[in-house]
Amino acid sequence: MNELIRNPTGIVGIFLLTLVFLAVVFGSVLAPYDPQSFHPAVRLSGPSVDHWLGTDQFGRDLLSRLLTGARSTILFGLGATGLGVFAGSIIGVTAGVSGGWIDSTIMRALDGLLAVPDLLFTLLIVTMLGGGTNEAMLAVAVAFTPGMARISRSSVLSIRTREYVLAAVARGESQAYIISQEVVPNTIGPIIVEATIRVSFAIMIGATLGFLGLGAQPPSTEWGLMVAEARQYMYRSIWVVAVPGIAIAVAALGFNLLGDALRDAFDPRGRL
Amino acid sequence: MSSTYLLRRLFAVVLVLWIVTIAIFAITTILPGNAAIMILGEYATPDQVTALEERLGLNRPAAVQYFEWLFNLLQGDFGMSLRLSVPVSAVVGSAFANSALLAVTALSVVTIVSIPLGVLAALKRGTKADLGISFVAYIGTAMPEFVTATLLLVIFAGPNISLLPAGGFIPPGESVTGFFSHVILPAGTLGLIMTAHIARQVRSEMTDVLSSDYIRAARLKGLHERRVIRRHALPNSMAPAVAVISLDIGYLLGGIIVVEEIFAWPGLGRLLILALENRDLPVIQAIALLLAMVYAVSNLLSDLMIAALDPRVRYE
Repeated sequence: MNELIRNPTGIVGIFLLTLVFLAVVFGSVLAPYDPQSFHPAVRLSGPSVDHWLGTDQFGRDLLSRLLTGARSTILFGLGATGLGVFAGSIIGVTAGVSGGWIDSTIMRALDGLLAVPDLLFTLLIVTMLGGGTNEAMLAVAVAFTPGMARISRSSVLSIRTREYVLAAVARGESQAYIISQEVVPNTIGPIIVEATIRVSFAIMIGATLGFLGLGAQPPSTEWGLMVAEARQYMYRSIWVVAVPGIAIAVAALGFNLLGDALRDAFDPRGRL
Repeated sequence: MSSTYLLRRLFAVVLVLWIVTIAIFAITTILPGNAAIMILGEYATPDQVTALEERLGLNRPAAVQYFEWLFNLLQGDFGMSLRLSVPVSAVVGSAFANSALLAVTALSVVTIVSIPLGVLAALKRGTKADLGISFVAYIGTAMPEFVTATLLLVIFAGPNISLLPAGGFIPPGESVTGFFSHVILPAGTLGLIMTAHIARQVRSEMTDVLSSDYIRAARLKGLHERRVIRRHALPNSMAPAVAVISLDIGYLLGGIIVVEEIFAWPGLGRLLILALENRDLPVIQAIALLLAMVYAVSNLLSDLMIAALDPRVRYE
């Protein structure tokens, strides 16, 4: 933790994420207006005293929509990544611990799945499931699983030959003890680093699905959907697309920076 | 690099693609969404569904359908587009060529721009130029393509500005300037993110190389700094650059889907979105397979290139 605070990357990341999480937790309370109420007199206006970030095509307050949309946007990223990490770690640890033909079968299957680009994979699954927030979240989780499995397997493999594991084997500890007490706790570091960075991808993919109409549905204030709905009007006011677009970038950047800082903290030899 | 190594790698690519066919088939036919219902809509009567399933052969066991599909694929037969009633290969072929034009343009520009940028950042570590490049790189990796594309459109293609067309495609054979004016924004969108990523990676490689013993030795030997960088540092940081570029091809293949959709570029991505909207399964399967194939082959090529660039890499 100390290392995180000393690292400028970590400080900026934590700062951005604090802003984002304030919006996630208190967004609907802080919102100055009802995010769905129309103010036709001030349609597509830029920032003003009444509307700090301007208004959209129906005169809805952009700041209020942004604040209330934070929750669905960010929870989507966290949820999808969480599910993907969970499933991926189980597969990866199983492969790494079992070795032999189980390991090689799992690895070949993963190689195949990794050859399909993430976004394509997600699009295929979400279309087959029928679109919508939960379906999109599941699709991103499935698309993340092979990559996470691969990373957790390789970290299991690198730990299996460490002295403390060999010592436990020499002490005559049971297989279950070695896996649960020695191997798994030490694979958590790389998995957390990868997961943090992936949250930013999940947020971006989630927003992209919302944008393509396959994720969150109107009148949700999910940020990708906000960009999609406002696109027709973008030439009249850049704010309608820039505000949610930049919000997505800020959230993704926060997780990216935090992930980089965590990597440096876990692996002192790692470079900036 | 021996020929057995090459053969083994080729076999691995074939194996990966075979697994991809299983995955794609599984996702598109076994998942809950029934193809016949998707085509007919949710208000179809059971009779209609049964009739269509019969016609498309969807009522047979999944394994039979899979092997028949695979067998046809191996003969170059991707089936018939459900929406257009023409062979899939006819629709996908020209779209593939258009996508390749866009991808190759983006990739060449990125390679030309990002490597010097990364080297510059490494040489000027800690200066404003370095910080600026790192900053843009971070923002670039955090911006989804649809946001970058939308902002670029507002900035360069608005009705009051119209520096560049907002979308569309002109074949380079028809008008070279027309082609370039249409390719700038989509290629720029894809390029921005990749440039950021690759420049950062080259910077970090170059920084490592510059602090290595052989560079110190070259400097101590009294070589001119320019020669140290050109002859000693640069060649040794190129292999990792190729590795990053090949990873980014995976990104490019995903990014192209959204970018083509936004800029109305008649390529695989746009065709895929259209096919997804219309549940045109044969087209979806063909495009997914094609994209995975490009990715697998480009990975193989980059491994071979890395081996050629870095004499320490020896493959058995």
